[in-house]
This record gives sequence, structure tokens and C-alpha cells, in this order.
Amino acid sequence: MERPLTGNMKPDRQPLTLKEYEEVGGYQAVHKALRMAPPDIVDAVKNSNLRGRGGAGFPTGIKWSFMPMGSDVPRPKYLICNADEMEPGTFKDRLLLEGNPHQLLEGMIVSAYALNVDIAYIFLRWEYRLAAERIERAIAEAYENYYLGKNILRSDYSLELRLHVSAGRYICGEETALLNALEGKRAIPRAKPPHPQVSGLWGKPTIVNNTETLCNIPHIITKGVEWYKGLSHTKDGGTKIYGMSGKVKRPGAWELPMGTSMKELLEVHAGGMKEGYQFRGILPGGASTDFLVEEHLDVPMDYDSVQKAGSRMGTGQMIVLDHKTCPVGMALNLERFFARESCGLCTPCREGLPWIAMILQAIEEGEGQPGDVEILEQQCRLLGPGNTFCALAPGAVEPLQSALKYFREDFERGISGRRNARGKRAHDNSWRRFTLTTNPTK
Amino acid sequence: MLTEEERRDIEREILQNERKRAAAVEVLKIVQKHRGWVSDEIHDLAGILEMTPAELDAVATFYSLIFRKPVGKHVILVCDSVSCWVMGYEKILDQLTSRLGIGLNETSADGQFTLLPVACLGACDRAPAMMIDEMLYTYLTPEKIDGILEKYR
Repeated sequence: MERPLTGNMKPDRQPLTLKEYEEVGGYQAVHKALRMAPPDIVDAVKNSNLRGRGGAGFPTGIKWSFMPMGSDVPRPKYLICNADEMEPGTFKDRLLLEGNPHQLLEGMIVSAYALNVDIAYIFLRWEYRLAAERIERAIAEAYENYYLGKNILRSDYSLELRLHVSAGRYICGEETALLNALEGKRAIPRAKPPHPQVSGLWGKPTIVNNTETLCNIPHIITKGVEWYKGLSHTKDGGTKIYGMSGKVKRPGAWELPMGTSMKELLEVHAGGMKEGYQFRGILPGGASTDFLVEEHLDVPMDYDSVQKAGSRMGTGQMIVLDHKTCPVGMALNLERFFARESCGLCTPCREGLPWIAMILQAIEEGEGQPGDVEILEQQCRLLGPGNTFCALAPGAVEPLQSALKYFREDFERGISGRRNARGKRAHDNSWRRFTLTTNPTK
Repeated sequence: MLTEEERRDIEREILQNERKRAAAVEVLKIVQKHRGWVSDEIHDLAGILEMTPAELDAVATFYSLIFRKPVGKHVILVCDSVSCWVMGYEKILDQLTSRLGIGLNETSADGQFTLLPVACLGACDRAPAMMIDEMLYTYLTPEKIDGILEKYR
């Protein structure tokens, strides 16, 4: 089984130097791309059926095709790598950034050339310190070896690439909020249209792609579209870095053919449930995806199949709910996170999420009021797609609406003083130390 | 007043940006590196960045890792996201709060530690996790906490 993204990484997870990367075929895609016409590269990516790995699964080639091309378009044009990985349960980009930063740079150089981009940024969350250090070193090496800067490899093409290290807040990962963050503003989402491809960073044409997405590009160019499509079990191209956490025997991340089933991921790669724990449910692609349950385990993990099962593949990083963990407590943890991370710009999200968290707290305490479950259901609709500025709130209610569907009894047990799962409280009162809205460091 | 050293670092940083205000977050980090937090020198900074003080303060108060109030010598960022929560975050938090004598979002009386929650640290396969300053700690257990804290005392 081929693992183009991770197969060359060292067992000790030390990053490959530029020379080591070249020795395993690295940067060949840059050499090859510079001899190709940019539209042919965009076509190859389109035909490869690569879909965005950040969570939304939008076809990368189609996104690229919205980039204005030609000599009379506004300049500079930008390419941004979204390396602000902060979706709870997700740790795939960390692996790519720490293990082989040159692969990302190669992907960015090829993509930037294809899109006729002048300046590229890597937008990295502050907490990824090791990645920051390794990316800085890789960028310096790439400049020294003429893969970046003026006249790359003596061609007519020039590209500047910089690392931007952010300073916290989940919302920075939202494409347009990220642009505001890069401009030195509060990271609040922008209204769309115009889309960033037309009016992005500083109002100029901009493409934002996820780290894993960009790491796929060199392999498509070097080895070809047919080979790339052949890596996958389904019509979405390539491999996928799946991950699993929770009470499983071997939590981890694995690069596998796109469309590997959840059952194989759980039983073979994660080694099954830990001794004494039974499977109860799963978030298939990070915190902002709907729960799936046992009957869905045979579903192939690709964008369309998971959607048909009633959830989203998201980041492909799965979080397992076991029978000893209370689904109400888990929903509370998730909603508290989203309430805290809401940027506060639009009302349904800013007001709705703390309200949801408050009700869940009461239910978790066994002090829910009759009608609370119905209020939660109503909130899930009010915060759904179309009612808010960005995807944070719709994402936030996905795990809740599905928890209410699959684990409804657990919620109802918390109403009018009845005790919750397994006859007692699953947690202590540590939530009391939380404040949802006030950050005392401000 | 900014020190000479701060001013030099800030000016060097601004030169690396396409526009002055794009350096805002990085400039705030420079001040924070020198002082531990961003004090009301924000007014001096704003001028250098060609922003109004209100605009820069709006940025400073938005990002969770820019501190507009004093914090302890070491900042503990404890991951409270879902994977860490499933894997025993609450026990880790209890151990931290009882050892430090503070709750989340508080600073210890000796000024050594500030305890803050942080969004998923991307170490879910090694949960529970936390950071102290720039160092990541994984596979945490209540027993391990004492030894880790000792290193910073």
C-alpha cells in the first residue's frame, strides 16, 4: 500500500532536510511543473478529484479555477496554507508539518506557480512550536537552494513565502477570518461574496488551502492523475490521513486509501476498543460533525458516503464515544468549546451557544427542566446553515442534533431531577470553574 | 515607554510585513516576550503600526494568547477539548488546581503560574495534553503533574 504523504517520514519523526527530501524524490514536482503550462497543472488537480482536506471537502481544482488569471488581474496574488489546525480531535496537519515541512513547501510552490501567485503564506497556530521551528528552517533551506525567491531554478517564475504565527482562537481557521488575522485585524469572518479567490488578502485574489491538501499536490504532478486516483477506494482521489482518539487500544493517525471503512480504522488500525470499554458512537471528522453509531461502522470514510450516513467526513479525524462516557457530558464539552470560540460577531452564535451550554449543564447535573430537550432541538435549527455568518455555529450543532437523536434517553434522564447515565453523575462540578464569556487575562 | 530593545525588535518585524498593521499580532508578541504581558504601552505601539489605540486594543483583546493583564512567570495551557476530556482532562485539571491552589484562569499567589484553558492542542492520540510556556506535555496522569510542575519552581 502506497503512502505518498507519510511514507518517507523518519520513524523518529525528525524532519527530512532538503537534501534528504530530494534523495527520496522530493522537489521533482517543482522541476516538472516549471516546464508545464499553469493551466495544465490546474487541470491535473481538477482531474485528480482531490477534495479539500480542511473539512469542507470542496474540490481543490474547482476552487483553483475561480482564481482570476491573465496579465490584467490585480496584483499581487496570494496563496495561503491554512495550518491553523484547531478542530478538536484533529492532529493530522501537525504530523505533516513536523514530519516533512519540505513536502508542504513543494506543494505550495507548485500550486503557486499554477495559480500565478506572487506571495504565499503559511498561517500557523502559535501552539505548534516544533512545527514553527522546522518550517522556518525548511523555508531558509528552500531559499538557499533556489526553490523560493527570484527566478526559481532560473525560470521566469518568482515566489516569496513567509510563515505567519498566530496567537490563538479557533475561528482563525475559518478562511475569511484567517485573512483578517493576516491583515492584523480581529479574526472575524467576512461576508461572502466576494469570495477570497476574487477579493481576498488586502482585497487581492487569494486561494486558501489546507496543509494536507497542499501536501498532495507534488505527488499528483510527479506521478500523474491516474496513479493518484488509483490510490483511493472511491471516486475521491488519493489517500487520507485518518486519525482516531478516545478509549481505543492504539490511538493514532494513519495514511490509508480514501474510502477505508470506519470498521477497519477502529478494529485494525486502532486495535479495537480498550479492555473494559464498549463502542457507543463516533464523531467521524472532528468536533463539528454529527455522531454516527454502530450501524454505520461499515460506511467508507469518503466525503459522499459519510454524508449519506448523515454526517460529514470533516477532517477524517475520529473521536470515539465509549459506553462509560456520558453523551450529555460530551455534548456539553463540545458546546462549551464552541461557545468560548465564537467570535461574537453574529447574534445567533454568540447568544445561542452559551444558552445551549447552560441547558446542557443543567441536564448534566440532573436538573434539566421539562421542555429543555425541545429547546435544544429548536436551537439546533436556529443555529443551522443559513442563519449565521460562518460555519462555526452550524458545525457546533451537528454533534448536538445527532446526540439528541441517538442518545435521547441520556438527555431525558437529566430532566426534572432524574439522574443521568448509569444512575449517577458522570462528572464532578469542575465546570463551575469555567467562565464562558470572560477571559480574565484581558 | 517602549525600551530601545523593544523598539528595535518591533521595527525589524514591521519591515518584514507587506503593510505595517499586518505586523500587529507579532508586535504584541514582542512586547509580551519582554514584559510577560501587554501593558498600556499599546498606545505607543499603535502609532508605530499606523493604527488607532482602539484598533490595536481590539486586536490585543481578541487573540487568546495575547495577555492584556499580568500573568504568572509560566503559563500553563491545559487542553480541555473533547479527546482530552474523554481521556481524563478533569483529573488533570483537579491535580493542577489543587497543587497550584488556583482555579482555571487564575494566577498563583507566588506569581509563578497562570492556568488557562486552550483549544485542542492536536495531540489527541497522546491525550491528555497541556503546554507549559513553549513545551508540550502528553500522556498526562495526575501522578506526572507533580514532577512536571517541580521543573518550573
